[in-house]
Amino acid sequence: MSTAAVTDKRPSTLRAASLPKWTSPAIAVGAIALGIGISFAADLHSEIQWALIAAVLFVLGTYGISARVEGRRQAKDRVATSFVWVAFLLAVIPLVSLVWTTVSRGVKVLDVYFLTHSMGVVADSEPGGGIYHAIIGSLEQVGLATLIGAPIGVMTAIYLVEYGRGRLAQAVTFFVDVMTGIPSIVAGLFILSLMLIFEMQPFGFAGSLALAILMMPVVVRSTEEMLKLVPNELREASLALGVPKWRTILKVVLPTSIGGITTGIMLAIARIAGETAPVLLLVFGNPFINNNPFEGAQASLPLYIYQQYAQSAGANAAYDRAWAASLTLIAFVMILNLVARGIARWKAPKAGR
Amino acid sequence: MDISTTTDAPPPTPQPPVAEQKRAARGATRPGDRIFLGLSRGSGILLLVVMAAIAVFLTYRAALAISDDHGNFLTTFEWNTNLTPPSFGIAVLAFGTIVSSVIAMAIAVPIAVAIALFLTHYSPRRLSGPIAYVIDLLAAVPSIVYGLWGALILVPHMDGLFGWLNDYLGWTGIFSWEGGAPRSMLTVGILLAIMILPIITNVSREVFRQVPRMHEEAALALGATRWEVVRMAVLPFGRSGVISASMLGLGRALGETMAVATVLSPSYDIQASLLNPGGGTFAQNIASKFGEATPLGRDALIASGLVLFVITLLVNGAARAIIARRKEYSGANA
Repeated sequence: MSTAAVTDKRPSTLRAASLPKWTSPAIAVGAIALGIGISFAADLHSEIQWALIAAVLFVLGTYGISARVEGRRQAKDRVATSFVWVAFLLAVIPLVSLVWTTVSRGVKVLDVYFLTHSMGVVADSEPGGGIYHAIIGSLEQVGLATLIGAPIGVMTAIYLVEYGRGRLAQAVTFFVDVMTGIPSIVAGLFILSLMLIFEMQPFGFAGSLALAILMMPVVVRSTEEMLKLVPNELREASLALGVPKWRTILKVVLPTSIGGITTGIMLAIARIAGETAPVLLLVFGNPFINNNPFEGAQASLPLYIYQQYAQSAGANAAYDRAWAASLTLIAFVMILNLVARGIARWKAPKAGR
Repeated sequence: MDISTTTDAPPPTPQPPVAEQKRAARGATRPGDRIFLGLSRGSGILLLVVMAAIAVFLTYRAALAISDDHGNFLTTFEWNTNLTPPSFGIAVLAFGTIVSSVIAMAIAVPIAVAIALFLTHYSPRRLSGPIAYVIDLLAAVPSIVYGLWGALILVPHMDGLFGWLNDYLGWTGIFSWEGGAPRSMLTVGILLAIMILPIITNVSREVFRQVPRMHEEAALALGATRWEVVRMAVLPFGRSGVISASMLGLGRALGETMAVATVLSPSYDIQASLLNPGGGTFAQNIASKFGEATPLGRDALIASGLVLFVITLLVNGAARAIIARRKEYSGANA
């Protein structure tokens, strides 16, 4: 295979020469030591530069040594492996930093007071205040959006899977795909154009409508997948007993796939709960508590984060509040995600039931 | 919904048994069935109506704005809707949107493919499950949180990189830096790359997982190294999947609003350098200009939103077409 195999001192084996397992760690240690040495010699101060030099040395060293002993193909394989590892570690850094910063900065002001008070009498640059009004707004807007978006989404999916044949179903499938990719700000602009025509002021329900538009295609997609998993034998058995089709769907198909459908809806809720752009255009934000989503500007958690960042002119108190609100929002989204996945695992349709 | 007309049908009258059998065989004539079919079909139609309405109303408001525009809507380098006469154009926005998305794709796609390969072919088996799970969760982090992190953590950390690029690559003109705050297209591109990384990784991982085991084992049996297996069996099989995953990521990068709005310091000129503040994006411009917009200003923003809508439709349509083609292709191959 390789030239190294020919010069191997053990002619009785068929295996090509290979480096022992400790080679990679050894080269890594050597590369790091050499990298730090070079950095000191060249008077470089940034740790990132040290790491880069060490990484380059590691790749070159691995290639050189491996090509010598194992042959060029093995050397290429080793270099590819180290590139894949480096890419992974490189991507982990910002993602870990994001989570770590949000948690460590968020816990500073996050307490019961923060969760139960609004920004009503607090200037943006002063400490104090909280996110109660934003939580109320978020819950109402997302709840209303779910009430609109989830049933329409589920019914559309039922149409596509149980009834859909022909042109209409094809068109719906295609446009659901297209709708999945609509930027959230465009959905916001659509509702805004309606509001401009009817000369309405910002209010919570307008935001719900835009969020419902963003939610529907996601629900359709996931529900469709779940309905397709329901075995046809179940439908046929029910129909053979003389049960009408709609009762078959309600009593047999939906209960079988309810776990997956719930999961899909919860993931969709998690997605729209973090949307800022449509809320910014349609709900406007309001430092006071407004419990009525059908009249007057409201706040919402993502919008609160943006406004604390953008309107505070660099006040640390506002940044702290923004991080704490981010932590609350992430916690909400993550809990929804985890519960949804838990339901999916628990209620997964069992074959042969 | 308009299906109520069909539900008012009189209850079925007693009919001869033959007709009853026929009716039962056809299935969809019971009132309950009709209501249910009507409701579900109505939902589907409602979705189509919403899509059509988005296009129609955006076009209507956009037409109002463009007819008042004294600049050229496509080529004007400014966004002054408060002037008399108003003058605004999308040239800078289109430039910024494309540049930031291209940077994001150039960074995110290779790294995402590498991570997907890492998860399916390189990582210790016990690690890959939890890591994939965490990446799934990261795809759900709201964009405003990425924006906050980008503005307060990423931007201060970009000084070093910008200085380095300016020192060694400044002569190209693309990487020259005048030393302002690093809130430029390059920073936006990097932040967008971080945001779309989880999505592209997830879809690519799914595709790489579906590579027929036989292809890989055949390559291994011929003595291929792991890299050769990846290059000859995994990547060719997954190519179209990776392309469509990238398009989905591109769609998200194009329409991303809040993360860009928090990080970028916009200006209405086009700069050759990616490091100096310059340009803006469609979505960012809408979010930042909306607060102080006059009625005409709002319509102008809706007009720019219409352009963004059309662009994302084209990108997503292309992605779907590639996925659809792959379905047929892989069916024949499986």
